[in-house]
Amino acid sequence: MLYKSSKNFLLTAFALIVLIPCSIVVLGTFKTDAEIYSTPLALPKRWTLDNFRTLFDSGGLITPFKNSVIVSISSVFITLLLASMAAYAIARSVTISGKILFFLFTLGLAIPGQVNIIPIYVLFVKLHLNNSLIGLVLVNIALTLPISIFILSAFFKDLSREMFEAASIDGAGHWRIFRSVALPLCRPAMGATGIFLFVICWNDLLYPLMLISELSKKTLPLILIDYRGEYFSSFSMLFTAIFVASIPMVIMYLFFQKSFIAGITAGAVKG
Amino acid sequence: MLMALPAFAIYSFLYLYPSVSNLWNSTKRWDGVLPPEFIGARNFTYLATNDDLFLKVLGNNIRFALVVVVLQTSFSLLFATFLLKNTKTTIFLRVVYFFPTILSSVSVGLIWLFLYNPNYGLINAAAKKVGLMNDPGVNWLGDGRYALYAIAITQVWFHTGQMVVIYVAGLQQIPAELYEAAEVDGASRWQQFKSITWPMALPTTAVVVAYTTIQSFRAFDLVYAMTQGGPNNASDVLVTLIYNTAFASFKFGYASAQSVLLVVMVLLITWLQRRTLRVNYGDK
Repeated sequence: MLYKSSKNFLLTAFALIVLIPCSIVVLGTFKTDAEIYSTPLALPKRWTLDNFRTLFDSGGLITPFKNSVIVSISSVFITLLLASMAAYAIARSVTISGKILFFLFTLGLAIPGQVNIIPIYVLFVKLHLNNSLIGLVLVNIALTLPISIFILSAFFKDLSREMFEAASIDGAGHWRIFRSVALPLCRPAMGATGIFLFVICWNDLLYPLMLISELSKKTLPLILIDYRGEYFSSFSMLFTAIFVASIPMVIMYLFFQKSFIAGITAGAVKG
Repeated sequence: MLMALPAFAIYSFLYLYPSVSNLWNSTKRWDGVLPPEFIGARNFTYLATNDDLFLKVLGNNIRFALVVVVLQTSFSLLFATFLLKNTKTTIFLRVVYFFPTILSSVSVGLIWLFLYNPNYGLINAAAKKVGLMNDPGVNWLGDGRYALYAIAITQVWFHTGQMVVIYVAGLQQIPAELYEAAEVDGASRWQQFKSITWPMALPTTAVVVAYTTIQSFRAFDLVYAMTQGGPNNASDVLVTLIYNTAFASFKFGYASAQSVLLVVMVLLITWLQRRTLRVNYGDK
């Protein structure tokens, strides 16, 4: 009994430790600063959307939101396309070149992407890709290709060879087999990987921080860092901004919990 | 093989080539504006012998990694043993615990900036209410003695749920008959944990520990959002140091040398993890 009650206590305690800070943020979006400081956990005295109004009237949040959406969606889409093509080629290759290619891609798993900030910066300044959303997309693709190829090629290897062989006896070329056999079969794996990539791209700070200085090109994490300075003593504004920046992820999480957990966990274990 | 070409082109141009050029840049004195000048291994000898800041930050990062690894691994193993069975409640709790993982590090950092605030933050307010703390409260992030650990706690809050899920997947592989047999033999819960769960979960533990250690040496966002490495570099970690060496002090060559050391450390950890797994389990 002692075991059972201490177990329940610990489980509840940790759930509260996770949920309380999140509730403070959600409740805080409806409160004034004074209310947040004095009674962070109480329900707001008046449910108003004033904080959202102030934040959106200042116009500062819409552009970064748009930028984040553009950068994340295009990065994820292109990465999934390129990675699935490469993973398919690697999984189906019978020659040594496939193994070498796979090894080169896994090198990227071992070398942390953060250490490339200096060469990438120098290169991007030369190519005028700094302060550009295209530059961010390119960086995201390069950084997430290794892990995506790793996950997807494991998946392709599990698909039965006979199926591909049957298709090629029927006269289908590689591209055709890829499109009509391989891709439809790996839709769940692609979904989970896509979510994993989306979380990475949506939340990334380091590369945008280094590459983007123009206000019109900033993404949400960058603008939150700016707000940290600007609204240093106004947590009602900060909480509202955090809420807006997190809402797409939260909604996706509520709908696709399983793929989320599977994708992020697979990425972690294999990375 | 042609189908791998576009991916490989982008990857080699924007990942492999930068990684290799890091090695080359680390042998230069270079401010990013004037042409780089070759100085051999001088950056490295300076790093190893003369740079107190680097040693301090390296020490910070090791302490950060230790705290995060120990707390996160033990919490997640504990909760995973509690949440092993698939029932409505356990699945719900796993979903709750996992939730912070989907937030951005910047958001998490800002939320904890509020919780840690010395005047009205939740932590000090609660501590004062139950009489654990007097005015003025502890300045968690502004005091060099606590800042690094305060960030480490935030990191544990952030990622424990993810590790719980990894552990649950690992522990569910353990055959239930083992526990049934132990039950019949009258083994206590602790004995079951010690002789079944812990040894059988070792491969998962190796994965969790290696992943968490590498995450800790890659840490940047949380530190940047919460303290920017302050006060007095007390909470600086390697990536924030590299970032500042390059983009605040404009020592590109020197920062490259620091990056090379970081890569070596991360490779070493990866190799150690692989070796542990291979030696103990014949896993390739």
